[in-house]
Amino acid sequence: MTALLEVHDLARAYPISTAGGARRILHAVDGVSFALERGRTLGIVGESGCGKSTTAKLTLGLLPATRGRVTFEGNPVTAERDRHWRALRRRMQIVHQDPLAALDRRLRVGQQVMEPLVIHGLEGSADAQRQKALALFDAVGLRPDLFERYPHELSGGQRQRVVLARALVLDPALLVCDEPISALDVSVAAQVINLMQDLQARFGMAYLFISHDLKVVRQIADEVAVMYLGRIVEQGPPDALFHAPAHPYTEALVSAVPTPLRGTQGRIILQGDPPNPVDRPSGCAFHPRCPRAVARCREEAPALKPAADGRLTACHLVADAPVAVVA
Amino acid sequence: MRLHDFTVSLPGAVQIVRGLDLSIARGEALGIVGESGCGKSVTWLAALRLLGRNVTTRGEVLLEGRDIGQLSERELARVRGGRIALIFQDPSSALDPVQSIGTQLTDVLRRHRGLKGEAARREALRLLDRVGIADGPRRLKQYPHEFSGGMNQRVMIALALAGEPDVLVADEPTTALDATIQAQVLDLIRDIRRETGMTLILISHDLGVVGDLCNRIAVMYAGRIVETAATRDLLTRPRHPYTQGLLAALPTLDGPRRRLTPIPGTVPAPTDIPLGCAFAPRCPIAIERCERELPTLTFAAQDQRAACLRLGEPVALPGAPVPVSMTSEHAGVPA
Repeated sequence: MTALLEVHDLARAYPISTAGGARRILHAVDGVSFALERGRTLGIVGESGCGKSTTAKLTLGLLPATRGRVTFEGNPVTAERDRHWRALRRRMQIVHQDPLAALDRRLRVGQQVMEPLVIHGLEGSADAQRQKALALFDAVGLRPDLFERYPHELSGGQRQRVVLARALVLDPALLVCDEPISALDVSVAAQVINLMQDLQARFGMAYLFISHDLKVVRQIADEVAVMYLGRIVEQGPPDALFHAPAHPYTEALVSAVPTPLRGTQGRIILQGDPPNPVDRPSGCAFHPRCPRAVARCREEAPALKPAADGRLTACHLVADAPVAVVA
Repeated sequence: MRLHDFTVSLPGAVQIVRGLDLSIARGEALGIVGESGCGKSVTWLAALRLLGRNVTTRGEVLLEGRDIGQLSERELARVRGGRIALIFQDPSSALDPVQSIGTQLTDVLRRHRGLKGEAARREALRLLDRVGIADGPRRLKQYPHEFSGGMNQRVMIALALAGEPDVLVADEPTTALDATIQAQVLDLIRDIRRETGMTLILISHDLGVVGDLCNRIAVMYAGRIVETAATRDLLTRPRHPYTQGLLAALPTLDGPRRRLTPIPGTVPAPTDIPLGCAFAPRCPIAIERCERELPTLTFAAQDQRAACLRLGEPVALPGAPVPVSMTSEHAGVPA
């Protein structure tokens, strides 16, 4: 069986001009590949500018790719806004960080949940559309009396539930979530995380879950990809990556998570800021900040390849998976 | 420093901080946590009269026994930036975009320490070096937009240190920063505190950040402190149902993956605070009395106080959490 979503060598570059007037190329995403099975969750983590949100947009065809291909349910995803793309988009939806910005302030929230059905001409009558929207309201835990409210009359958590209901009303197979709970308070974030897990168990859609928060990603993801400067540097099960990181960047990222009472022992503090993607360092892009870099890291870019336990790592210092010897 | 019966009201008699009592010992690192709207930031902005005339305060703000609420604008200006310094979440909006870093630093040094000319420049260079900004002479001539977010927060810290304050109030100082940069800045604050013995008040929504840096934590809910204790006690045996709820709602990086226990409902609006305990409508152990009676902070253990009417009772708490990151298996993680 082929995966629900296959992304191969995806790249997006932007030509920019620097302050000095020179033409340069900014590689926002630079050769990303992954696959996502039905009903599963892939988390993408990384710091700002690592290309995780651009990857989300490329996956949905919201941005044209410079290179590479995306296949969804066996069909190629392009950024052409044609009938083919609209049909695919019914099956793949996006949830953003800020629910207030994603909702129309002048429209009742119930109306907004029904809107995708109206646009795609589904469910026949207006009454059937309303019933379907109300069923989704119930599924995301919103009281039916909120159906006629406006976004500003709801709390942040309720708004994010409305956004989820609207995304799910078309029965998508894939939900791309870009920092969906970052704007929510702790107690409400937990409600939404649990809700997302319940909805996945009930409706079976896959999540591409983008976040800077390792704890949230560990809670929700079956697999995690860590991005640095437009490339995946490590990918595997969350507990493998977060409890025994192989790539020095993953290690630093895990170590940077503030943990009460840990003190400073064993903490890795990286020097400096992530480099500007326009001035991508030669070799391994992480080498200028890497505490373990050797000469080879400056010259040769490491490929993402399987390590002994099956996870993928792009680091010269991680031992390769043992190659089966053919007699 | 001590706040006594401190109340902050918006026009229309809407109270956002309701009778706060809090004292901070010299050299202590106190963390203040709570969700948005609980009044954790407003308390300190109002205490230093930074919120304009529409906001009225009541109660006392004592600095070494002296009520700074009674000071004239001019006297208070010397306290702000001098005795008490503030840093905020967004350094680029707190810095002046049209003045060079050097001008902003020497300005504070002149105002609060009377340093001028070459002496001010030397001290500015020393401060930049102290906060980990290399290439000082060139950096002094640069403007905030030429710095990254993490670098600007370092500049903010240098500005705060310029007045040699006794107290640093840091309001979400790392919230806008990336994980690895956050770790750098937290480490810097920790080092400076160790060197200078400065008192720290760290305001954050993130229990991880506060627990990492502070030796005592106060938890705020709906304009009041509901629990205060030493960091370890608060995190390992929380006594207030809200603190327990917060800890159970947090995902963790280690230990077994378990379903989160959210706190039902949402934070009440400041115009709509329940009469008795503000947490009662969301509390798993609330009884009828909680809806009528306002609980006060009561000793639950040595140095641990909680504002809960059922504190003395042997109540079996549903889902009382033992934070996973506190367990012994955590000791070696991450390797």
